[in-house]
Amino acid sequence: MKIGAPKEIFEGENRVAMTPDSALQLQKLGHACLIESGAGAKAGFSDAAYAAAGVTVVPDAQSVFTLADVIIKVRGPEPSEAQMLRGGQTLISFFWPAQNADLLDQVKNRGATAIAMDMVPRISRAQKMDALSSMANIAGYRAVIEAGNNFGRFFTGQVTAAGKVPPARVLVVGAGVAGLAAIGTATSLGAITYAFDVRPEVAEQIESMGANFVFLEFEATQDGAATGGYAAPSSPEFREKQLAKFRELAPEMDIVITTALIPGRPAPKLWTEDMVKIMKPGSVIVDLAAERGGNCDLTVPDQRIVTDNGVTIVGYTDFPSRMAAQASTLYATNIRHMLADLTPGKDGVLVQNMEDDVIRGATVTHAGAITFPPPPPKVAAIAAARPKEKPKELTPAEKRAQEVAAFRRQTRNQVALLAVGGALMLGVGYVAPPGFMSHFIVFVLSCFVGFQVIWNVSHSLHTPLMAVTNAISSIIILGALMQIGSGNWLVVILAALSVLMAGVNIFGGFLVTRRMLAMFQKS
Amino acid sequence: MDYGFTIAAYVVAAILFILSLGGLSGQESAKRAVWYGIVGMALAVAATMAGPGASLWVVSLVLILVGGALGWVVAQRVQMTEMPQLVAAMHSLVGLAAVLIGYNTHIELARVAGMDQAARDALSGFAGVIAHKSGAEVAILRVETFLGVFIGAVTFTGSVIAFGKLAGKVDGKAKKLPGGHVLNAAAALVSVVLLVVYLNTGSTPALIGMTAAALFIGYHLIMGIGGADMPVVVSMLNSYSGWAAAAIGFSLSNDLLIVVGALVGSSGAILSYIMCRAMNRSFISVILGGFGNTTGPAMEIAGEQIAIDAEGVAAALNDADSVIIIPGYGMAVAQAQQSVSELTKRLRARGKTVRFAIHPVAGRLPGHMNVLLAEAKVPYDIVLEMDEINGDFPETDVAIVIGSNDIVNPAAQEDPNSPIAGMPVLECWKAKQVFVSKRGQGTGYSGIENPLFYKENTRMFYGDAKKSIDALLPMIG
Repeated sequence: MKIGAPKEIFEGENRVAMTPDSALQLQKLGHACLIESGAGAKAGFSDAAYAAAGVTVVPDAQSVFTLADVIIKVRGPEPSEAQMLRGGQTLISFFWPAQNADLLDQVKNRGATAIAMDMVPRISRAQKMDALSSMANIAGYRAVIEAGNNFGRFFTGQVTAAGKVPPARVLVVGAGVAGLAAIGTATSLGAITYAFDVRPEVAEQIESMGANFVFLEFEATQDGAATGGYAAPSSPEFREKQLAKFRELAPEMDIVITTALIPGRPAPKLWTEDMVKIMKPGSVIVDLAAERGGNCDLTVPDQRIVTDNGVTIVGYTDFPSRMAAQASTLYATNIRHMLADLTPGKDGVLVQNMEDDVIRGATVTHAGAITFPPPPPKVAAIAAARPKEKPKELTPAEKRAQEVAAFRRQTRNQVALLAVGGALMLGVGYVAPPGFMSHFIVFVLSCFVGFQVIWNVSHSLHTPLMAVTNAISSIIILGALMQIGSGNWLVVILAALSVLMAGVNIFGGFLVTRRMLAMFQKS
Repeated sequence: MDYGFTIAAYVVAAILFILSLGGLSGQESAKRAVWYGIVGMALAVAATMAGPGASLWVVSLVLILVGGALGWVVAQRVQMTEMPQLVAAMHSLVGLAAVLIGYNTHIELARVAGMDQAARDALSGFAGVIAHKSGAEVAILRVETFLGVFIGAVTFTGSVIAFGKLAGKVDGKAKKLPGGHVLNAAAALVSVVLLVVYLNTGSTPALIGMTAAALFIGYHLIMGIGGADMPVVVSMLNSYSGWAAAAIGFSLSNDLLIVVGALVGSSGAILSYIMCRAMNRSFISVILGGFGNTTGPAMEIAGEQIAIDAEGVAAALNDADSVIIIPGYGMAVAQAQQSVSELTKRLRARGKTVRFAIHPVAGRLPGHMNVLLAEAKVPYDIVLEMDEINGDFPETDVAIVIGSNDIVNPAAQEDPNSPIAGMPVLECWKAKQVFVSKRGQGTGYSGIENPLFYKENTRMFYGDAKKSIDALLPMIG
């Protein structure tokens, strides 16, 4: 098959869907590659570099569309491009089918197959072609760089001969791929980074990147994580709490990077006008959700504005394009992986396997029909997070109440035991003669001492304990010794036997205990 | 020497015995504690022999020394794997001694009863003590003697059977005569009737009849319990031997006997309690025997047992940073403790964390595994109890199960119908990888399927434990 990459005609788009490297890999799959002259120029790939990688350079887009069987692009096709598609041709690009119903229709009418890179399902197997994540990663990185560009101070705190510089404080709202990339970049630049997300389970990821998770105390009535690892809209109460927390943080923050997006909805407004007002002059807000309306009230898409109180708000929507070389490399690799899945035989023959979860999910038009939205994938996107049975945090009052209750219960039990025991003792004392009672008291006290002492015996010494109790239970020898002097020969013989047996036990028990204990050695 | 001195010596001896037991709270203090016990015993024996009423002390001394020599030989020769048998055998001696001493008291009592007042006054020693008892005191004495003989007899036959089971001379399975516990109950009832008869008449046949019944109870009770319940049995008999001594102490009016008997009795009772709790069973259910009865259909086990060879285990061990070894009775049977110790040494020499996890009922005696590992020179500070180590399994790279089964059975937590449901177990399946060294594919003593063997992260390392571990050794390092 011939794979062709036309030049992106969208205003300001610098990326390209094919790089010399990815072209080499595509040729290994048995494909031939075409590129429109100058397509890679803005991303730093010259026609010569493509030619050197075995790519046929053609003069214009028309030739690409005519010659190629597969068109690979970054942005979705403009109407003029869609017109050039023909039946049986495959288009691979970002598409946003939900927002671009007309385009979808147009492509369907042309009879072409469209594979939307933004529709690749989020399952482990498809991560290598998850272009959204690749782009988000770049956006997160670039957001910090952009913020630094507009921020008049160091990120890292320094003590210099010329005075002390405080570290910058960065707040990242939304810890998706972009958010995590931003956290990583900000912390490695030396800023003190805070991060917030509605999904409490990402706290671990945030902390692993070196940021502090902004903890929101809220009854977990709702799980912020919906399907596929994306965030879900939150309840009004939760939102209020969240905004209150942000208001509290706003004056302290030098840089705020918002990345909060909910699939299929306008971006939630999280950074309100009053928060911007209380921020320090010179602070920077980078709104990565600008394309979808922005997380900040004052964001103007595609523009950088400065508010009256000196806060810079960056609303660019083309961060990946601003790093075209990096973005093109990653995107071209994602495309290459997609084509590898479409070419299972590595023989240059495209197989549109609609049984495959990934291919089915990403395909939005096929064989003259719209195949969007796809059925839910057979493999659950991300194993549904098991509701964690978190031990309920007790308030100090509850804890104290519990302790008091436990103490009361213990006291009650003890008192009851003592009362029953005492009553029994009195009962015995009432009928038994005093001679017996004196021994009985000794017996009861000994049992008590025994219980107190034995509980402290270490588990590992239970065998020596048994051996030693064995030895000392031979104290029964005293009885035999007292009887051996009897006048009766039978008594003497029986007593003598007992003495002998007890003797075996005493020596055997103590010796074997000593032998065992000598073996216990510390490392 | 006068009576006061003996009492004083007894007090000192009693304190020494208490210190001796208390000292077992730590490995180091235990070494000192044994000496307290030895001195206490020597003091008690010396004071009794020197005290009032004792005679024939040359004969006594000779007998003690002969018995001691026997004990010494046994103590030197016994293998650490044979400790359960030895302990059981020693219990039987205490039980038999209690029976004999009880009979002596009975004989003396009968003899004194036949004398007139003048002859009674002339009596000295033990007979003299008895002779001066009033009617009520004699009645109490009879009860005490009766009890002493009863408990002693139960302890005696029970321990003999336990010894036989542990030594493999009697089939270890739980067995009951037709009639089961009804027979025991009947024998106990007969004993109670005979107690009343004996109390009123002091007749010898009643005592002998009761002894026979008690001997039967001891035999039948322990025959009905087996295998994994043996730790409870042994500690229970330990307790009985103490109570027997205490009962004899009452009949002889000897406080030291009472004190020591009570100490030993409570010690055994606590051990039994700890063992029962470790198996999540009530004491009664252990006594009633019959471990392994299902209460419903067992959970279906999916998957298969996947075998692995020594190379695979060695490679995993070489890659691991932390290893936990879970020994069980199978390790004792295969005498693999030395090999395990060598393996531990090698792994530790390579800077890996190696620890042992001991379930309270691993083996056939409380603390059995600790003693075996200590014998093999495994340092005791890496040998941990279940509660100390259970939380560490998720961070452990490799868990090695050697000859244990029920104590690592996840069914105890996952399957409410399992006979061992609710029993605390070592959660080794939470480790990244589990190797089970096992003879073959059978179920354990209890006959319960173990889902651990079917888990995804479990590999079965079949073969004799000792040979398997020995095969590993050259490949480590």
